[in-house]
Formats: sequence, structure tokens, C-alpha cells
Amino acid sequence: MRQRLPAIVSLLVVGGALAGLPFTLSGYHVGLAAQVGIFFVAVLGLNILTGYTGQISIGHGAFMAIGGYTTAVMSQDHHTNLVLTMLMAFAICFVVGLLVGLPALRLSGVYLALATFALAVSVPQLPLKWSKFLGGRDGVQTSKTVSHLWLYGAAWTASAILFVLAWLILRGRVGRAFRAVRDSEIAAVASGIELPVYKTLAFGISAAYAGVAGSLFVLATNGFAEPSEFGVVLSLQILVGAAVAGLGSLWGVLAGAAFVGLLPAVSSSVPVIGSDHGRDVVFGSAVVLVMLLLPDGFAGLFARVRRFARA
Amino acid sequence: MPLLSLDSARLRFGGIVALDDVSLEVAEGSIVGVIGPNGAGKTTAFNAITRLYRLDSGDIVFDGRSLRRVRPSRVIRLGVARTFQNLELFPRLTVLENVLVGAHASSRLQRENEQQRLALETLADVGIAEHAARPAAGLPFGTLKRVELARALASRPRLLLLDEPAGGLNHEEVDELVGLIRRLRDERELTILLVEHHMRLVMDLCEQVHVLNFGRTIAAGPPADVQRDPAVIEAYLGGELAA
Repeated sequence: MRQRLPAIVSLLVVGGALAGLPFTLSGYHVGLAAQVGIFFVAVLGLNILTGYTGQISIGHGAFMAIGGYTTAVMSQDHHTNLVLTMLMAFAICFVVGLLVGLPALRLSGVYLALATFALAVSVPQLPLKWSKFLGGRDGVQTSKTVSHLWLYGAAWTASAILFVLAWLILRGRVGRAFRAVRDSEIAAVASGIELPVYKTLAFGISAAYAGVAGSLFVLATNGFAEPSEFGVVLSLQILVGAAVAGLGSLWGVLAGAAFVGLLPAVSSSVPVIGSDHGRDVVFGSAVVLVMLLLPDGFAGLFARVRRFARA
Repeated sequence: MPLLSLDSARLRFGGIVALDDVSLEVAEGSIVGVIGPNGAGKTTAFNAITRLYRLDSGDIVFDGRSLRRVRPSRVIRLGVARTFQNLELFPRLTVLENVLVGAHASSRLQRENEQQRLALETLADVGIAEHAARPAAGLPFGTLKRVELARALASRPRLLLLDEPAGGLNHEEVDELVGLIRRLRDERELTILLVEHHMRLVMDLCEQVHVLNFGRTIAAGPPADVQRDPAVIEAYLGGELAA
């Protein structure tokens, strides 16, 4: 109980702050805060794959695209309830994630990263191939658009639910098996852990989270899904967010999500030579700085602060 | 019937014959040692038993059942647990979590706090309970050896394979280890097969000793007999001179 108390206080503080935020912010800023919530979901999901089982993915933008198109197509063609489309995105991406996880069993480290990178490059091209169904270059428009406030509520409600789900999955036997696989595959097998089961399961869960994020992502762009918004850069942003977040900390994931969700908006107002690329220069420099100063991400920083405070 | 038997086990890596027609029996409740110069095939035999390697021919029978077609992750469920020569721990997990992973195969039906209690008891049993909450990374080598031992014990095995349990230990620690292994065998009704270079430990502890050289059995029997065997003396002295 003594260990749980700070965690419960953290949750209440974060929840309270998020519930109060829309009353104090302008519409534009509520939109930005919703953006952070969307990245929160995606970063949380990638953390389960990369942080817990040690499988690197530079392809999560692809799962976001699948989730996003699920929402856009279902809403346009069938007028499906938008919240329902998020659940569908979760389910579809879970299955696709499992399927992608199967060939990924034969790959690890940088080779797995490259394979997922190929996914990030190729999946957004699919709408061009099946343009009748997926709208081609022109994209797909949902039948309804949502307000900043709706999006904010949806993004952070999804964040809260998926955070609790992740906590339930990771706190016991399954989470331990994930981390065991990451630390030593040989010892994990010798301890009776079925590598294929846990590795593909992590892929599935992680992809499902990205799917929900993608679904929200499309709603954030006025319900418009098009290939170019799910480019390679999106995949990289999620990976950067996960690296900035570090492992096993709610505050870390919040920091990582805020980093990738807010920095582009903040940095575009920073004057840098050649203002077209100013944004990228600031973003890139910030990534380098964080990685140099916080090799274990914000989670590592918070752990160090806690140890310091206790000593 | 022996609890474990290797029956004409043969395994080759390219041109090198790592196990050449090795036959070996481990009686239930006994402590058996496998010795031999470096590269003799001792660890290879362990890896074959735990199915990390696949035999080319011959068989491995545990409790009347062939392990040849058993998946590596199933071996521990049948009751065979092991430690590793150069440590295969989960460095970023705590000591307690390392031991809990050892109970993975049997933990599906147990409550988490029940598992934790059992894991802590196991840690206390091997004398490292005070390290439970520390990450494995950064602990001294001798302690990590005990963590691996506790992790193996947490699966409640019938057969325990110890790969160089005395490696890197000093004189007193080896004496302690001999006492510990004997006590664990008696209290937990274990059967133990161990690979070791430390001759005094082998002679003190083992009821049977199996000597391998270049993947081939050159002697087998009670420690006192094996020690006097000319082929064994030749293998060890030859190794010494060549080195």
C-alpha cells in the first residue's frame, strides 16, 4: 500500500488536471492538448512493444493509418458511430499486429526495425492502389466532424482506458514475461516462456493502441484521411516519443507525448535561419539534447529524482 | 530406471563432433558430475538435454519420456531446470522478478502474492533474500549465481542441471556451495547433474562422475575410481601440457 499511494496520487493529479484543462484553455489550445492525448495512446502502445519486449518498430504510423482509414471509411460508407469505429480500429489493428508479428519473429534488432520501416513506407500507398474503396490520393472524409472539445474528451478518455488496460496487462505474469524476453531470450525459453506467443502478443497490443491513435488522428484533421498524413515521419515521431518517455512511468509517457505533440507547434514560432526548416531544426536538436541528457528518457529522470528525494 | 539417460547421443557442428556416442545415466536422487577439459562437450550435453540443441542421433529420456521432440520452452514444465555457465539472467528485472519468471510455467493458476511469497522463500533458501528488490544488473557474480539457482528452483524441478556452479567462487564459498547443494537435494528431493572444473567440489559432492574428452566418454564411475583412471590423467595432463 505504501508503494501504491504515490501512484494513486499521480493518477488523481493527472486526471484532475486533464478534466479541468478545457475550462482554462482556448479552442486552439484544447486542440493541441487533444493532439498530446492522441500521441499519448500511440506512445503508450509502442512502449509495450519496444520498451517491454525490446522489439523496435519504426512502422507504427502504418498501424495508425489502418486505424484512421477504418474510422474514415466506416463513417463515410456506413455512418458508423465514431466511438464504435475506434473500437473497430483497435480490433482490426490487433489482428494485423499479430500477423505482422509472425514474420517479425525471425528478425530482431536493426533488421526488425528495417522491416517495420518498410511497413511505414508501403501501407500508406495502399489507398492509391485500391482508390475506389480507399479514396486514392484524394482521401476519405468521415460523414461527421467533431469539435476540439469532443476530440479532447475522446482522446483523453481513450488514454485513460488504455492506460489502465496496459497497467493490468503489464503488472503481473504477462508483463514479466515481456521484459524477460527483452533481457534474455535463452533464459526466457529455459524458464518456459513461449517466445512466439509473447512476441506476437506484444505486437498485436501495440498495433491496436496505434490503431486507436490513428482513428483519433483522422478526427483531428477534420475527419479527413489521406495517404500523406501517415508518412514515415509520423512513425519516427512515435518512436521518438517512446524514447523520450522511457519505461514504466505514467509521467514519462505524458512527457514523451507532450514532446512530440507540442514541440512542432512550439518550435514553428522559434526564428531559425530559413524559417521553412526551422521547425525541423528545433525538433531535431531537441531530440538530440534529450537523448544525450536523459538516456533512459523522462521515466529514468523521474526515478532518479525519487531516489534523490528519498536519500 | 534412471530419471535421466542419454542414449548414444551424437551431435556435430559442421566438421566438429561435439557429442560422440555419449551414454549416461542419472539415478533419481543422486548427484552426478560431468567433468572434462575445455571443449569436451559438457555444456553441449546440457544444451542438448534442455533442447537448445537438437541431437543428430541417439536419444535423451527423462522420466521415461523422450525429450527429442519436446519444445525447448516445454522442458521446464516436465521438471528439468538449469543454470548457465556464463549467467543468463534478466539484468533489468529485480532479483525477485528473476525468480518469479522461473515460476512462469506454473504461475498461471496462482495468485500473484502467493507467487511472491514462494519466490521470497526460495531466495531465503539460497541465502540472498536481502537482495530481492535490487535489479540483477550490478550485483556481484557470486550473488548472481545464487539468483540463477533460485530461479531454477522456483519452477519446482525434479532434475536440476548446474553448469559450473563453483565458477568464480573462492575457497570458502565453494565449501558453502557444497553444503547448499547437498541440503537442497535432500530437502527438495532433487536429482542433480552438474558440470564443473573444480575437482574438490566434484569429488566431495558427486556420487558418480562422467568424464568427457573431445565429445567422447573416456571414463565413468565413482569419483575415487575415476581419479585414478589412466585415461583421465592423460586427458587432463595432456590438456595442461598443450596449454
